Amino acid sequence: MIPINDALVLSAILFVIGAFGVFLRRNVITVFMCVELMLNAVNLSFVAFSRSLGTLDGQILVFFVMTVAAAEAAVGLAIIMALQRHKETLDVDSFNLMKW
Amino acid sequence: MPIDLVLFYVLGAVAIAASVAMIAQRNPIYSAFALIATLCALAAIYGLLGSPFIAVLQIVVYAGAIMVLFLFVLMLLSVRPEEGPSRSKSLKVAAGALVLVFAAQVTSVVTAAARGTGSATFDASTRQMALKLFSPEFTYTFLATAILILAALVGAVVLAKK
Repeated sequence: MIPINDALVLSAILFVIGAFGVFLRRNVITVFMCVELMLNAVNLSFVAFSRSLGTLDGQILVFFVMTVAAAEAAVGLAIIMALQRHKETLDVDSFNLMKW
Repeated sequence: MPIDLVLFYVLGAVAIAASVAMIAQRNPIYSAFALIATLCALAAIYGLLGSPFIAVLQIVVYAGAIMVLFLFVLMLLSVRPEEGPSRSKSLKVAAGALVLVFAAQVTSVVTAAARGTGSATFDASTRQMALKLFSPEFTYTFLATAILILAALVGAVVLAKK
């Protein structure tokens, strides 16, 4: 039997690595992948809590998070393709039109 | 030490190592492969936590569909490794400090929330999942995801069109 605590700590570590990657990397696709990693870390929390509480609601939430992640990846990558066409680069620092 | 516990720690170490490799890598293609390794390790961990349905979904949807989409776009745009200087040292230190504080906070909260190894009669088989998912409780949520997927499909086609 897996201690729920350890699964939750693993989830926190993965989330934090994802958050650090968002700060660290400059390629917009890598930043996007870091967001996916953070979503996965949260999914691990849901599964661990579902196991801990003995109900299936956490698992159903994981199902919905995965659906939203799939939709997000499709739309996000389409936006990235449009950005690449518009700016000829994928460096996040060059997308500063909305910056004051 | 029971075998499932050993497996859990090994897979957890693989997941952490692969995700560190992902953010340390300048070439996005290698990052994508490292993320696939993380996702597969997580799928095995879901299996160990007694959730076979989520484990298979993780492989099929995440490692399969989503990551293939990422690799497809990476190769379509012929992305090159990041060039030029990395982020400035002060920004890295600030990000690291922020992340450490966040890690301490999250760890203290989640470890206070759960103890032990969970209930022994936990049954997350595909049958139980389907009964729950198609119960009246989640009908409208399920229909909303269907509409969301359709909207994403149309949105992606419109955005990616020349």
